[in-house]
Amino acid sequence: MPIYDVLLDYRNAEFSSREYKGIRHVLARHEQSAAHMADGYARASGKVGVCLATSGPGATNLMTGLATAYMDSSPIVAITGQVPTYVIGSDGFQESDVVGMATSVTKYTFQPLRVKDVPHMMKAAFYLAATRRPQPVLVDVPKDVQQGEDDLEFPDHVDFPKYQPLPDPDPTIVKTIARTVLNSERPIILAGGGVKMANAYQELQAFAELLVAPVVTSFMGKGVFPENHPLSLGCMGMHGSERTNKLLPECDVLLVVGSRFSDRTTGKIEKFCPNTKVIHIDIDKAEIGKNYKLPVISLNADAKKALELLVREVKAGMLGRYREPWTKKAQEVIAATSAEFNDNSHLSGVETIKMLRRLIPPKAIVTTEVGQHQMWCEQHFQAIEPRTFISSGGLGTMGFGFPAALGAKVARPDLPVIDIAGDGSFLMTENSLATSIEEDIPVTVIILNNRVLGMVAQWQRFFYKGRYSSIHLGRVPDYVKLAEAYGATGLRVDSAPDLQDAVKKALKSEVTTVIDIPISPEENVLPMLPPGAGIKEMMVG
Amino acid sequence: MNRDAQLRIISALVEDKPGVLYRITNLIRRKSFNIESIAVGPAETPGLSRMTFTMFSEYERFDQMMKNIDGLIDVRTVEPLEVRDAAVRELALVKLSGAPATKPEIMHYIDAFRGNIVDVSPTTLTVEVSGDPDKINAFIKLARTFGLSEVARTGAVALAREMTAEAPGPEK
Repeated sequence: MPIYDVLLDYRNAEFSSREYKGIRHVLARHEQSAAHMADGYARASGKVGVCLATSGPGATNLMTGLATAYMDSSPIVAITGQVPTYVIGSDGFQESDVVGMATSVTKYTFQPLRVKDVPHMMKAAFYLAATRRPQPVLVDVPKDVQQGEDDLEFPDHVDFPKYQPLPDPDPTIVKTIARTVLNSERPIILAGGGVKMANAYQELQAFAELLVAPVVTSFMGKGVFPENHPLSLGCMGMHGSERTNKLLPECDVLLVVGSRFSDRTTGKIEKFCPNTKVIHIDIDKAEIGKNYKLPVISLNADAKKALELLVREVKAGMLGRYREPWTKKAQEVIAATSAEFNDNSHLSGVETIKMLRRLIPPKAIVTTEVGQHQMWCEQHFQAIEPRTFISSGGLGTMGFGFPAALGAKVARPDLPVIDIAGDGSFLMTENSLATSIEEDIPVTVIILNNRVLGMVAQWQRFFYKGRYSSIHLGRVPDYVKLAEAYGATGLRVDSAPDLQDAVKKALKSEVTTVIDIPISPEENVLPMLPPGAGIKEMMVG
Repeated sequence: MNRDAQLRIISALVEDKPGVLYRITNLIRRKSFNIESIAVGPAETPGLSRMTFTMFSEYERFDQMMKNIDGLIDVRTVEPLEVRDAAVRELALVKLSGAPATKPEIMHYIDAFRGNIVDVSPTTLTVEVSGDPDKINAFIKLARTFGLSEVARTGAVALAREMTAEAPGPEK
């Protein structure tokens, strides 16, 4: 098990005197990156990722990473050092109220005040992080507890009286849902990140194929259904496909699995599919009715279990309706949406992404940073295999992609891992290059370098009459030299053939490669659903 | 405050351990509610506490937050209580100033509210009054006309009534 860490005083005690067999320790250069590495590991593997930080500033630096994982329901356990129990509350050196701070961005927090609390709390932290809705858990360990000794026994299991790791789907509701979907004329399945967390890819595909129902995903759901599948409508929402967004309100039944109806997914919720019967399946019952407030048929269940049961119900011989006109219409949208590669020697952001899809093998893991390049990926980088597209959706954390790529590479050393980045985001965590070189974790970073904070610039262009403020990044640093300074390979490309060569070389390389691609600062992400607009009101150009 | 906002009562049975109150109030704060009152004490089962919160809210947001509270790992059960379906009680200590003991009608009102005098000085009078929050509000309003100096309230505690509607409880 890898642990991502920045090593400092208050947690030295944890490692100095103890053996830790079977644990790979990866030293990060900033605690935020340590948390993103653990998160990337978790998202690529489906297992719990672990990060460590010292007390005070180390722990506060972790918070962004915890919030990122919390918003996207990723299971990580963060262990922080704390001042000794007898110092807690006295504003000791590097003391901060980590438990208080982390409460809003974690599923649970533990602070063992006695050595004998440690085994139970550690076990419980992993149990809670991984089960039901996966989310981060924090364990804050005072220094004297780290150093203390006691006869310890690790419990075989931990029990939280009310906590149900996996809710039992109500069979009556499952039947109702199956009947509703089968009787529908124009069904669409909306799959969210919950399908990913539950590893319910096969069940989703089986269900969609049985029904011949088109599947659309939220951004977090990207990749849970092969985007090259004949039933895939791709992503919906703020930067979803225009035709897909417009098709949505036409469906009579929308089956939503593991999605929280984020504003980025639905546009203005009051204008979202007003005449559609909505079915909402989610493992977290607090998501039912939170954003989409009209009545729904709701099922509190894990996506895998729910879809398994639905497949069984549908197979049980209930007769569906004749839906050929709808299927045909959906097929037209799908066909029209499938991007065509335009062999253009000039590399735009969009053309680069389309080209990358051809160059990067389907099984390879792609992470992104946050901004225009991320949305171009949503639109033009088809995710085909499960857990191959990793991105910070809910919190939108710039700087996430590169450390997450390192975590993903540790989880899947057998696969190439590529961070598709913008220059603004990459600079936020570029010092992880040191980790990638020193720890021998080779990945590829592809920087779409437009020398601006592109998405902010786009909003200022569209919604603030082009009054630009604080978006220009300038021409520094030189990313090739930056990469070389760390001992990585740096390549600059400005044509399609060069890009092809560079990517091929990078994927084979045994050290991290940074590919710098200068693009225009003027390019927009289109189409776009302007903030506050309904799902049909896309801005095209 | 929204027009359909009304007083809501939350009764939660929770683990009796450090940080539980913080988790719940932190959640309530995140959903931007203003807590009207909190009362916490040991519940019927050792190791569990009962927490009673009151707040003004319209139904929808309140209902959503209840689901979030229910999702907290340390919360065993949580239920919303309607004022009319629950026995709701609060205790207040009300200190009156300005030589109120010399005003005979005060004693009359204290009697009417079934209050007890718990402390007397030449210039002050402290009254204990209990009942549902409306009754206490009424007493405090009245007390202002005599010279109200200090108020301490416990916050409401509430338990669901077992027989409702057809057989209303003995008093409102």
